[in-house]
Amino acid sequence: MAELLQLLISGLSTGSIYALVALGFTIIFKSTGALNFAQGEWVMLGGMTAATLFAAGVPLLVSLLIAVVVAVLMGLLSQRLVVGQLRKPSAMSITIITVAIAICTKSLVMLILGKNPAGLPPFSGEGALRIAGGVVESQALWIIGVAAVMMAASTYFFGHTVLGKALRAAAAQPEAAALVGISPQLSMSLSFMFAAGTAALAGVIVTPLTLTSFDHGTILGFKAFCAAMLGGLGSLTGAMVGGLLLGVAESLAGGKLSSHFKDAVAFVVLLLVLVKWPNGLLGRGQIEKV
Amino acid sequence: MALLEVDDVRVSFGGLHAVDGLSTRVEEGTIKGIIGPNGAGKTTLFNAIAGIQRLSAGTIRLSGRSIEHARPFERARLGLARTFQNLQIFPDLTLLENVMIGCHPRVGTGFLSSILATPASRAREQRMEETAYDKLSLLGMADRAGELAGNLSFGQAKLLEIARALAAEPKILMLDEPIAGVPASEQGGIGDMIKAVNAQGVTVILVEHNMRMVMRLCDEILVMRNGRFLAEGTPAHIGTHPEVIAAYLGKESSHAQRP
Amino acid sequence: MQARFISIGKLGQSRRILALLWLAMAAWPFISPNDYVLSLGIYFLINLILVASLNLIMGWTGQVSLAHAGFYGLGAYVSGVLSVRLGISPWWGTAAAALVVGAAAYLIGLATLRLRGPYLSMGTLGFSGILSVLFVELVPLTGGPNGLSGITPYALFGIDLDTPARFFWLAWGVTAVVMWLLLNLYLSAQGRALRAIEGSEIGANTLGVHTLAYKVVAFTLSAALAGLAGALYAHFNLFASPETFGFGTSVLLVVMVALGGSGLYWGPFFGAVIFTAVPELLRKFQDVELLVFGMCMIAVLLFFPGGIASLIGHRSPPKPRTAPADHSAPPPSQSAQEHGDGAAGSR
Repeated sequence: MAELLQLLISGLSTGSIYALVALGFTIIFKSTGALNFAQGEWVMLGGMTAATLFAAGVPLLVSLLIAVVVAVLMGLLSQRLVVGQLRKPSAMSITIITVAIAICTKSLVMLILGKNPAGLPPFSGEGALRIAGGVVESQALWIIGVAAVMMAASTYFFGHTVLGKALRAAAAQPEAAALVGISPQLSMSLSFMFAAGTAALAGVIVTPLTLTSFDHGTILGFKAFCAAMLGGLGSLTGAMVGGLLLGVAESLAGGKLSSHFKDAVAFVVLLLVLVKWPNGLLGRGQIEKV
Repeated sequence: MALLEVDDVRVSFGGLHAVDGLSTRVEEGTIKGIIGPNGAGKTTLFNAIAGIQRLSAGTIRLSGRSIEHARPFERARLGLARTFQNLQIFPDLTLLENVMIGCHPRVGTGFLSSILATPASRAREQRMEETAYDKLSLLGMADRAGELAGNLSFGQAKLLEIARALAAEPKILMLDEPIAGVPASEQGGIGDMIKAVNAQGVTVILVEHNMRMVMRLCDEILVMRNGRFLAEGTPAHIGTHPEVIAAYLGKESSHAQRP
Repeated sequence: MQARFISIGKLGQSRRILALLWLAMAAWPFISPNDYVLSLGIYFLINLILVASLNLIMGWTGQVSLAHAGFYGLGAYVSGVLSVRLGISPWWGTAAAALVVGAAAYLIGLATLRLRGPYLSMGTLGFSGILSVLFVELVPLTGGPNGLSGITPYALFGIDLDTPARFFWLAWGVTAVVMWLLLNLYLSAQGRALRAIEGSEIGANTLGVHTLAYKVVAFTLSAALAGLAGALYAHFNLFASPETFGFGTSVLLVVMVALGGSGLYWGPFFGAVIFTAVPELLRKFQDVELLVFGMCMIAVLLFFPGGIASLIGHRSPPKPRTAPADHSAPPPSQSAQEHGDGAAGSR
């Protein structure tokens, strides 16, 4: 029982990271139909920036905030300078250009912040907690907590605020939204900024647990795609649920079955979902049989 | 036996009956128009005949053979060809290549022959190119054969779709609002072209809002309203039909006018 | 009176260009200063098959496959494992590799291509991930993270093709055949139908193309060719490591197709050059080169969205070909240089 709880919390912690990254990934998919390959790199950007600042003496909280702001700016720049300049912005061309953005981000981090792995201290100090007989890293609880707040705030934002609903409208029907005064450029910029921001947030809260380095982003992005697809591409709630489920599934598989095949869980689950529920668990995608 | 027989066809989306128990016949060699106010179900019926829209009930027979379960590409092989109101051209292919795709149902040779470039496959390629050129010439676009279709204007692209549909030498040519969005100066030309094609023996079904064109071209007109059959007959008959006039004007009108 | 048909003319001309290219490439072993440079030529030829095969599914039908490096790796490991663990001849191993990878793709394609949407991307993503894990974890078979070593080279008439000089001719020949067959396909009714699916799937379907069958065939063929490339790689490199075949490489291959010119026959030539040459350049210099590469990528994607291959060839349409009854022959310079057709221009 204790072991199960441990696995569960560890899974929720990893899953929260996946959920945050998948959330940002999904908002870009909704606005553009494209798969954002820079998502994982933005996570890494957040973690590395915060770690570098902290190592230079900047207070922890300030480092975290600056890191997120930097990432948000990167998101804005990516959209304004790159994606927005495409002559024929199709889902495929945007997808491909995000790979270029990912490469540039990665190399910028390498050049400016160095190639060495960097870390942050756990937010509430070293030391694990004992909960119901199991051992849990305090940072894991921070991750779950911060992510939960972020996810709740996002759900509220997209579901109940004018701006959030406008963004969703613009994502679904850009021309119609433009007609009622929602600028497609602005909404796309906001989408990219949001995606980068959530990614960086994930990056700063996970770094105390796992360290980070310039090449950390790819596999994380990879898993986040799986999470987003698991939940149903295009569904914000689905991305979050998918991420959490994926994290828990991985953790349980790793603990109960074999740590070797833990990584395969994400992909096996993805394939199963694809075959049985192509819409994902919560998506209302366009399933058109040809 | 008519060339196309539509019997008691029903297309429902949940509780909404877009087409509700409609029957009609299309005789070989005629031009049949389908008209009706907005929401009448004309496009749904059209798509059902073309194979993109599945039927909830009823049958559709082509030359006596039931086709309601045939998928669109199978219907193409059986002799049905259609154009799209909102265009489905292949913008990255040339005009010639677009029309050559129209020949596809009769290409005959398979992947392996093509990969090996057998003489048979190359000979077929040559014949398809000839046919495609002929159809492009018919529509006056042969001089632009090598251009990318994406560069065409809307009206020209509509013509391209017709050329493409003709390349299959279909039994029935289905035209989905062929002059919608086309400049007035070009509309007459398309009408003439449809008449010319029909004169060569191709049966035509068209959905169109432009009454003048419908009255001028069609041998028989089917009028739909709310998914149901309203009236059917020659242009003269339909033009003075009180219920048809009422359907378009929204009420019984003592100022009956030709639509 | 000689009416030159556009498509026949184009095939003839493209074939001549291909032949010239291959003749030029035959000089490579003689102009290479050392074995290393010679190997680069071999890797280019193998990469050409790889990128061209991805172009087949991506550029011709518009579906993004994220598993292409995985298929490449599966081919390498199937053939490699058969030769190392079971002592099976590399020739049979290569055939097995193409078949196994093709079969896997066939199943994935059937499951995912039926649906409209990014489902092929999803399915290939999942499959790629599973393959990566398997390559690393099935240590007794694959050698695990340290890779599979001791792969036997091809042997022809008793001579091992284990030096670059000898292997070059095998790669030269095999790639020539593959590109020849792909050219035939590209300029055929089926190739055209595949490219039409990319333009409008519903349009193609309505015109008589069995789009599902065509997409599945294209995907299967594309994977089988990647598997073939993988086997060639394995029996040349004599070593295979999981890192070469990961998701990152799959993504990079997608980019190579786009940079070269997605959907164009000559696109993969440029894509393969970039894919082969760039790591070499990056290896020599500092990390700023990666940034430069990223920015060049962005520049190409923004300013040449059709890819590098879209720049070759004229944009003007051919002189009007007269109707069959007319006896004036089009001038010999009519070379059908349609932008986007992929046939290189006459200069």
